[in-house]
Amino acid sequence: MIQIKNVTKQFGNKSVVDNVSLNIAKGKITSFIGPNGAGKSTLLSMMSRLSAVDSGDIYIDDQKLSKCKSSELAKKISILKQSNHIAIKLTVRELVSFGRFPYSQGRLTKEDWTFVDEAISYMELTDIQHKYLDQLSGGQQQRAYIAMVIAQNTEYILLDEPLNNLDMKHSVQIMKVLRRLTDELGKTVVIVIHDINFASCYSDYIVALKDGRVVEDGAAEHIIDSAVLRGIYEMDITIQDINNNKICMYYA
Amino acid sequence: MHKVKLGILSAISLILILIFLFTDMGNYWEYVVPKRTIKLIAIILTGVSIAVSTIIFQTITNNRILTPSIIGLDSLYMLIQTFLIFAFGSTSAVVMNKNINFLLCVGIMVLFAGLLYKFLFKKEGQNIYFLLLVGLVLGTLFQSFSSFMQVIIDPNEFLVIQDRMFASFNNIHTDLLTISIVLLVLLGWYLSRFIKYLDVLALGREQAINLGVSYDHVVKRLLIVVAVLISISTALVGPITFLGLLVANVAYQYTKTYKHITLFAGSSFLSIIALVGGVLIVERVFTFSTTLSVIINFIGGVYFIYLLLKESKA
Repeated sequence: MIQIKNVTKQFGNKSVVDNVSLNIAKGKITSFIGPNGAGKSTLLSMMSRLSAVDSGDIYIDDQKLSKCKSSELAKKISILKQSNHIAIKLTVRELVSFGRFPYSQGRLTKEDWTFVDEAISYMELTDIQHKYLDQLSGGQQQRAYIAMVIAQNTEYILLDEPLNNLDMKHSVQIMKVLRRLTDELGKTVVIVIHDINFASCYSDYIVALKDGRVVEDGAAEHIIDSAVLRGIYEMDITIQDINNNKICMYYA
Repeated sequence: MHKVKLGILSAISLILILIFLFTDMGNYWEYVVPKRTIKLIAIILTGVSIAVSTIIFQTITNNRILTPSIIGLDSLYMLIQTFLIFAFGSTSAVVMNKNINFLLCVGIMVLFAGLLYKFLFKKEGQNIYFLLLVGLVLGTLFQSFSSFMQVIIDPNEFLVIQDRMFASFNNIHTDLLTISIVLLVLLGWYLSRFIKYLDVLALGREQAINLGVSYDHVVKRLLIVVAVLISISTALVGPITFLGLLVANVAYQYTKTYKHITLFAGSSFLSIIALVGGVLIVERVFTFSTTLSVIINFIGGVYFIYLLLKESKA
């Protein structure tokens, strides 16, 4: 379980994350939703030690995040941010193999390569695994990065807008993969996501943030509700049941 | 595949080295060969320092058109030299005793790298353009200070400074060879622990942290390594960081790998090829009517423009 206790982060005088307390359930998919600038990505960065907290504490499995060794944390929690730009030439397979660095420090064993192969086939990248990243489309690159996170094989997986740049087919594919990771392997997945219909269909819990505060926090079916969503987005959203999924109509 | 490519490079280096050592000797080989060997050792030391420091710096900054000179490291070296001569005179121990002078320079440059890291790298939301701007301004400031002191100094003292201002393999400071070799060996041993982290650092700060590299700790130490390497090459022959840009990028294109151990080897060989080849051209073709820096800056400049055009297209 990840426990966030009274966490605050300021840029200049503005509190981007303002006194947030939250528990993330183990073995479930939790989605962070909310308008732009709500502090979702910043919170995710702090949960993964990419940026420091100004005040408050974060605990992972009852261990204080700031007291953990970074090299040990890398086997427990992984993070993928939105924009990933690298200056070096790298093939898909090489990138995915970096996911094994926390375990083998760059000298990959046979077992490591099995994880790499599995991650590649999980994300259906086998055909393009020897291509250089800079020759691929944004969506293919995104999938390669997600494969790297899967190869890292951590208990907690944090993804910042993983569906960015992806078409419908691959968005669904990734959400299904995340579902499988939680259901079959018991991973805990936290994602920042803008498409609330994906959040509605695939996540167990939804946390809604606005102006740096948690405004709603609960099971997905409770949050996907006209009245609740109006409070978050200041929009009237009709919700319909389609094949047992709650779908939000906000396009028109 | 990489072994073949590195093999080709090492073979070319070896051939050039043999040509440099054993052709055109005249009748006094007992005199010529040892003299050339010393020159050759200095060339190799410089080449390796420049190549390795540039690649480390480019990996830390995730940018392939930067050299350590952008943060003013070699202009700082000139400032220290000028100041020492200005303040203590060219006959003082800090100037005359090359070893003391060298260690003093290394110390100040390491300190500078540490300070720069503290103020620029460590701040959150570090911005590479801000670093470049500050480096550029500091570099210019150091240069202006140097020329200010050079203008009001005694002309005879100025000659001593001038001797250190331009890269030249004709007045290599050979008394520094021993200490340079010792330092390089120590650095190599120290760096060997960080090579695996360098591969990961190339993915950027966030990925590196995600994969468990203690980013601040590693980058700080690598910057210090860069500062020492630049001091070695600048002290031996003068400022030629431009060469680093050239060999690092050719090494990336030629080896097409992310493994730093291969990149280090490849760029070091390329550096040796460029320097030994350049010296051969200057000495035997142009018979000293031009200098090595001119040739390197000319080729490097053309290549730099090519890089800029290529990057802007991508």
